[in-house]
Amino acid sequence: MLIECQDLWKIYRLGDVEVQALRGLNLSIEQGEFVAIMGASGSGKSTLMNILGCLDQPTRGRYSLNGIDVAGLRSDQLAEIRNRQIGFVFQSFNLIPRTSALENAQLPLFYRGVSLREQRAMATSALSRVGLQGREGHYPTQLSGGQQQRVAIARALVAGPSLLLADEPTGNLDTESSREIMAILDALNKEQGMTVILVTHETDIAAYAKREVVIKDGRVQSDRQTQPVARLSPSGA
Amino acid sequence: MPAFILLTVWTAVRILGRNRLRAGLTMLGIVIGVGAVIAMVSIGEGAKAAVAQRVATMGTNVIMVLPGSMTSSGVRGGHGGAVTLTMSDGIDLKKRIPLLRDTGWGKRDVMQIVNGNKNWNGTVNGVSPGYLTIRDWSFTSGGPFTQQDMDTAACVALLGQTIVENLFDAGEEPVGAVIRIKNMPFRVIGVLAPKGQSAQGSDQDDIIFIPFTTAERKVFGTQFLGSVGALFASTERTDDLAPAVEQIREVLRQRHRLQPDQDDDFIIRTQVDIGKVQEGTSETMTVMLFTIASISLLVGGIGIMNILLVSVTERTREIGVRMAVGAKRGHIMVQFLIEAMTISLVGGCLGIVFGVLGARVMTVIAGWPTIISSDTVAAAFVFSLAVGLFFGLYPANKAARLNPIDALRYE
Amino acid sequence: MMGWFVLKSFGGALITLNRNRMRAGISILGIMISVTAVVLVASVGAGGQREIERQVATMGNHAIVVMPGFQHVGAVRTSQASAVTLTIRDASEIYSRVPAIREVCWGRRDPMQVIHGHLNWHLPVVGVNPGCFAVRGWELADGEYFSQVEMDKGSAVAVIGQTVVERLFDEGENPVGSTLIIKRIPFLVIGVLQAKGAAPAGSDQDDIVFIPFSTAQRKVHGAKFIGSVEAISLSTFERDDILPSVDRIRQILRERHRLRDDQPDDFNIRTQLDLASTYEGASQTLGKFLLVIASISLLVGGIGIMNILLVSVTERTREIGVRMAVGAKRGHIMVQFLIEAMTISLVGGCLGIVFGVLGARVMTVIAGWPTIISSDTVAAAFVFSLAVGLFFGLYPANKAARLNPIDALRYE
Repeated sequence: MLIECQDLWKIYRLGDVEVQALRGLNLSIEQGEFVAIMGASGSGKSTLMNILGCLDQPTRGRYSLNGIDVAGLRSDQLAEIRNRQIGFVFQSFNLIPRTSALENAQLPLFYRGVSLREQRAMATSALSRVGLQGREGHYPTQLSGGQQQRVAIARALVAGPSLLLADEPTGNLDTESSREIMAILDALNKEQGMTVILVTHETDIAAYAKREVVIKDGRVQSDRQTQPVARLSPSGA
Repeated sequence: MPAFILLTVWTAVRILGRNRLRAGLTMLGIVIGVGAVIAMVSIGEGAKAAVAQRVATMGTNVIMVLPGSMTSSGVRGGHGGAVTLTMSDGIDLKKRIPLLRDTGWGKRDVMQIVNGNKNWNGTVNGVSPGYLTIRDWSFTSGGPFTQQDMDTAACVALLGQTIVENLFDAGEEPVGAVIRIKNMPFRVIGVLAPKGQSAQGSDQDDIIFIPFTTAERKVFGTQFLGSVGALFASTERTDDLAPAVEQIREVLRQRHRLQPDQDDDFIIRTQVDIGKVQEGTSETMTVMLFTIASISLLVGGIGIMNILLVSVTERTREIGVRMAVGAKRGHIMVQFLIEAMTISLVGGCLGIVFGVLGARVMTVIAGWPTIISSDTVAAAFVFSLAVGLFFGLYPANKAARLNPIDALRYE
Repeated sequence: MMGWFVLKSFGGALITLNRNRMRAGISILGIMISVTAVVLVASVGAGGQREIERQVATMGNHAIVVMPGFQHVGAVRTSQASAVTLTIRDASEIYSRVPAIREVCWGRRDPMQVIHGHLNWHLPVVGVNPGCFAVRGWELADGEYFSQVEMDKGSAVAVIGQTVVERLFDEGENPVGSTLIIKRIPFLVIGVLQAKGAAPAGSDQDDIVFIPFSTAQRKVHGAKFIGSVEAISLSTFERDDILPSVDRIRQILRERHRLRDDQPDDFNIRTQLDLASTYEGASQTLGKFLLVIASISLLVGGIGIMNILLVSVTERTREIGVRMAVGAKRGHIMVQFLIEAMTISLVGGCLGIVFGVLGARVMTVIAGWPTIISSDTVAAAFVFSLAVGLFFGLYPANKAARLNPIDALRYE
């Protein structure tokens, strides 16, 4: 089991008001799954994503990733887990401005302390996997939205994570680019068995996933398999 | 880690290059600050060296013993009281204290000196031959008087440069000439090399030396034969000064039959003491100049902090992304610290260049002595690095403490 | 119309600065530190200046000093006294022929051993005429001065300074009426002088014994030439009399010494004004130098303002575009940013003045340094900090005003 959430609670305090973003959520995801998480805004799906991505910690409950209980880890340990096990793809790409595609893709390796030559090699191969060979030296402003998102995917997978978290990855893209991006995610899942968790509110995007989890009021409202799970062992890189 | 640091430095340089005007202005503050510090310290050091040079004109490892009133404490205008020191004190000291290389003594008075139609009121100093050695007087022409001159109380004189200037025409050779002191003819047998101002600022070249015996018997006339104005001694090594002072005190107390409860009736000063007092003053000056100049560096550092805070705000999302892909707090911290230190270091190096130039300019234009030691440059370098580190800490820490979720969401 | 706009801009500046409180605060801090330093240095300098003026004033009232010796151009020599060229007759002649002269003093000094009881001390013993006390501004602490009567008789009486009292007399002992031995002659102490403190050159002026000139000449110093004096001091009625008197004195002395036109003076005339300018000049130079160095930090603070304002212009490019689109003229934009810059520098300047004044007080109390805070210093610091804001605000304000509204609106 890659992800196991048991009775997750997340409670924020905004002044005197207590906001319960998650209320005893239970969710298990296996290695190699392609899961779409859906839900209205305010349902708690963003909070769940932050916790799954080890950017945030639950107030109560258990979240274990690859068998490690994440609750109670220090911020540096969380950073280590994000660096090695998780790749993020954001709605707004979040590339570092005025920095080349190659350097953006290198970023996780940079913090892992990999030698510069290896960083270059791995980032180049990650960029070619998303179809950007030859554009290593381009700056974000010289790339289209779809290309920028592909750089972001290259950055997410360069370190060989076991989990790819995509938060509305097509939210800022046209239909054509959206299809390209989803095709890449689909291929990563099918060919390499990478676990992909996709947050979206668009049903046609969610349709790429094999399992659909709907969140409402901080709990799982429905959870159904839409396609059979690909039984491929994860290759990692 | 080296790859990380290297890349971070490269990133910092690129980021600064991107905001060239902003980084340049921030650096300018540090350049001015470091330049001011370097220039001021070099002025202070120059003044100190000038003082040390004057102290050195006293001779080498010199000890001075003055007759002192029993009530005297500290440095006063009116020391040199009762007649308590004699020639035989001087002779006995040399005999009993092996640490002493030489002893000498002298007695001085201001007198009218005449050469032809010129006259001058100068200090006439009756001294033993040892005195000239101890005080390190050298000659531009002629030479010192001998023991024989001493024994026979010969009327011979050695002239300082100021005396020569005032009693002789330009180009006239003083050696061999006869001058009159208290209406007595003295043959000039030597002209002393100039020493310039003393540590206290008086003209050391306004002096005439005659044999002590001659002074005592023929010129000054004295109440107590053998009494001296001051005793001088020198040691081989500077380290010997302190023990020699103790031994001199012991011998003199014994010779003067002082009871243990009685105060010394003499005052002992070493060249080191005198140097300390004088150097203390210029040291204070240096510290003051340094402090005031450092304020610019402080204000420059505040400029770094401010611009770095702006940078942290502007790059909040970037920081969030870096954290999401696995940057630890330490990584973020180091990144901003390196940025701060790059600014301060480049500024510091330019400041050193301008400070050195500024010091030169001051020497050439205002004629102030300035000294730029490698210590000053090294200190300025380290200091500017420290300024970057110190003023970078707050913004860097602020960046490192950002919550990645908030940072990613920042507009 | 413009006045209202300026007022409105000022309000706007306050709002903007408040929004970026941290940033504005740090810029203000920079200016504040600089102004504090400037005010402190200025007040310490002014304090030192007054201290020196006070010391120069202890020389006496409107004093002129004539000494024998050839004049050396521009040099401060230790031994200017050369041939014996001045006499008592010179002094009395000047006194009778120059009406602006109020008092005349002549004297001769020699360091001697002075004994009282079992204590002795080596110090200058000065033979003077009674006029010297007035000329040199010596006030009595106890007893009386000697008069012309003692002078004529050559009495063995002495008037002593405070340091001598400390050195030769036990605590609580009254020196007046006691006896000092100078050169084996008993002198009756008839007066004790008030302390003057250190001379500008640093020597202790109170370490002194005055005896009548005639007594000194006959019994103590033993003159080589009767009637010769070491120096003549004169006081004038008014400070303005000093300079004209110097010329008259020169004339009289040259005449009396039968100097031909081509011969140089065989005496030296110095006035209190010269002395004041020598010492005050030196400390003024130092003070100005330190002030310049302190001002450098204000320059650095100004650069900081400029930098942060440039950031502000960049950040608010779109806002500037919008303002221009709705009709703001270049002048309006310019004034807006200038006011922002000057608000920072002014607030920093005012805080700096407050801290500078407090710092000066602290220095006086703790380190005992005399400090003076003149309204001039405060006013100058105020104007100076305003000028820094104006000067360093000009470039960013101009940059903002020169923006093209179309580009500005499109700016990301």
